[in-house]
Amino acid sequence: MNATVLSSTTAPAARPARRCRWCDTLDAWLPKLVVAPTFVCSLVFVYGYILWTAVLSLTPSRLLPNYEFAGLAQYEALFDNERWWQALSNLAVFGGGFIVICLAVGLLLAVLLDQKIRAEGFIRSIYLYPMALSFIVTGTAWKWILNPEFGIEKLMHDWGFANFTFDWLIDPEWSIYTVIVAAVWQSSGFVMALFLAGLRGIDDSIIKAAQVDGASMPTIYRRIIIPSLRPVFFSSFMILAHIAVKSFDLVMALTNGGPGFSSDLPATFMYSFAFTRNQIGLGAASAMMMLMIVVAVIVPFMYSEMRRSRHG
Amino acid sequence: MKTLIKTLHAALLSTSLLAAAGAQAADVEVLHWWTAGGEARSVAELKKMLEAKGHKWKDFAVAGGGGENAMTVLKSRVVSGNPPTAAQIKGPSIQEWGAEGVLANMNDVAKAGNWDGLLPPVVANVMKYKGNYVAVPVNVHRVNWMWANPEVFKKAGVAIPKTWDEFPAAAEKLQKAGFIPVAHGGQPWQDFTVFESVVMGVGGPAFYKKALVDLDQASLKSPTMIKALETLQMVRKYIDKDAANRDWNLATAMVINGKAAMQFMGDWAKGEFSAAGKKPGKDYVCLPAPGTANGFTFNIDSLVMFTQKSADAKKGQQDLATAVMSPEFQEVFNLNKGSIPARQGMDLAKFDDCAKQSAADFTASAKSGGLVPSIAHQMAVPAATAGAIQDVVTQFFNSHTMTPKAAADKLALAAKVR
Repeated sequence: MNATVLSSTTAPAARPARRCRWCDTLDAWLPKLVVAPTFVCSLVFVYGYILWTAVLSLTPSRLLPNYEFAGLAQYEALFDNERWWQALSNLAVFGGGFIVICLAVGLLLAVLLDQKIRAEGFIRSIYLYPMALSFIVTGTAWKWILNPEFGIEKLMHDWGFANFTFDWLIDPEWSIYTVIVAAVWQSSGFVMALFLAGLRGIDDSIIKAAQVDGASMPTIYRRIIIPSLRPVFFSSFMILAHIAVKSFDLVMALTNGGPGFSSDLPATFMYSFAFTRNQIGLGAASAMMMLMIVVAVIVPFMYSEMRRSRHG
Repeated sequence: MKTLIKTLHAALLSTSLLAAAGAQAADVEVLHWWTAGGEARSVAELKKMLEAKGHKWKDFAVAGGGGENAMTVLKSRVVSGNPPTAAQIKGPSIQEWGAEGVLANMNDVAKAGNWDGLLPPVVANVMKYKGNYVAVPVNVHRVNWMWANPEVFKKAGVAIPKTWDEFPAAAEKLQKAGFIPVAHGGQPWQDFTVFESVVMGVGGPAFYKKALVDLDQASLKSPTMIKALETLQMVRKYIDKDAANRDWNLATAMVINGKAAMQFMGDWAKGEFSAAGKKPGKDYVCLPAPGTANGFTFNIDSLVMFTQKSADAKKGQQDLATAVMSPEFQEVFNLNKGSIPARQGMDLAKFDDCAKQSAADFTASAKSGGLVPSIAHQMAVPAATAGAIQDVVTQFFNSHTMTPKAAADKLALAAKVR
């Protein structure tokens, strides 16, 4: 509004120069202006709320937030809580199993697909398809597949293998492994796509040179191709690790944390304490611990990768 | 310019008029999660009653069974200083909300309606914060029911067990005859529901109250509690192995279609039987869980009243409270929901036999002291404590290695969580 008023009153001769200067300032400011809303949003809605959660974890908040200072009492209560330790050990089992198996399966599929086979595009979409489903759908489908009453176990019984048992879903010792099965099914196709892209990016001439030198195919894979996929391993690990730590919907749909609380993960623990048990302070403390886990795992890894790439 | 001012004036006038009109008919806004079939019909009844009194009903239903979503919405509304007229909150949570200082005093309405005379003192106390009425009860569910299929018992040639001592022999015979003795869903709250019925059956209502309501440390570690936990272990043997994470209504269906013999569940299970066209006394029987005939674990839904600013809103709130306590509403709501009226001395001619027995036992146990709040349904102790105890119960129920003695010690420890 002001700009139009100004331009209509100023002399026409002065216009081009003025306009251009205005353009320059705009050019300088435009990128900042465009990024500003995103920047402000992430500042407030990510870092602001992390800070708020940190504050809440130091208060005795129960039903509603309360800002008295309680020191580390919530953290002490958290580390006295058996269910929290169960959730942590489940996270270790689930995170470890999920990441390792996903990387292994993804790499294997990618290598097999990379053999210049027929109908590759078709097969690739089949493997990628689980990615299109939400974890809720995956969880519900696997809940039915793994249920001994009408899933795999019943199928085997119907086929005449009467002694076949596959009851991980209802066994407190094994329930967490069913979560790994479902999560690997969902994510390994995605990891495969990452590896496939990595494989396609490898310079053909290196491989040809190795072949000329008389290296066998397994040696080429072991000594040349897989080591050169290092950045892909790194980014897959980052993606899988954060999926593992924040895993919530899959557990909710598949086992609902059960039997008992045997397949609880930190995220489901946090939800149930903060929102159903009126212990917001304790929930906030567990959320902060989850953040610490992510930081503890990812920061050293990232740091070493960054250094490596800087030094070439 | 003049026309502009004129139109502005007109616009301002009309909005202020609208605002005034809005203030005259108070909005009555009730947060609830009665969204399924029979429950939704019950709420529609309440809406009709309030609209007859000239109030505007603003439905504030937040779906999601246990009300977790609703509570999250409610918290944000209260924190922002704009609470609804009333919300569906029950048990010790009423005290937690009371402590936040956001609840309205309903003593005038209670006095006019003689609530003290109509509600048993145990129930009235749940509705009060520091001696003042802040909530109004809509129904009473009994939790310590056992739903049995008499046909199955007849086929197995065994009588329905009345005590936990008779239970193993009967269950054994049922199993031999090829039935699942106990239909159960392996979800923590269902494990907890069976646990509380077992504790009451083994120790009696007085022990139940001491251990699970007063959280007496000695009682929680006592031989009686250990015996109750042993009984729970025994019951577990008669549950099919596929029970994990099964919903309660699927377990009820197993009793309905004769696959299983009995289920321990509150009287909301009755709705499943009625929906399947089954008749009480003939196709299914409702009995107190073994050994709990003289006890009554109650689960009462209530509407909690939040402090309102305007006089009109207050009037609407008082009319809401009066309407909820009226015999008409209590009858129609509970007929739809399967529970019994919280208001005493009502004509129960329209209710079925299970409800009639529930009402008779409610009155009798209120006199004998057997009327106790259900811990598994968040009526007895604050959510944090109940949650900690539930964790122990469900862990014990699903563990193959934990001993009853160890579980009792853990219970005592969990009871200290505040």
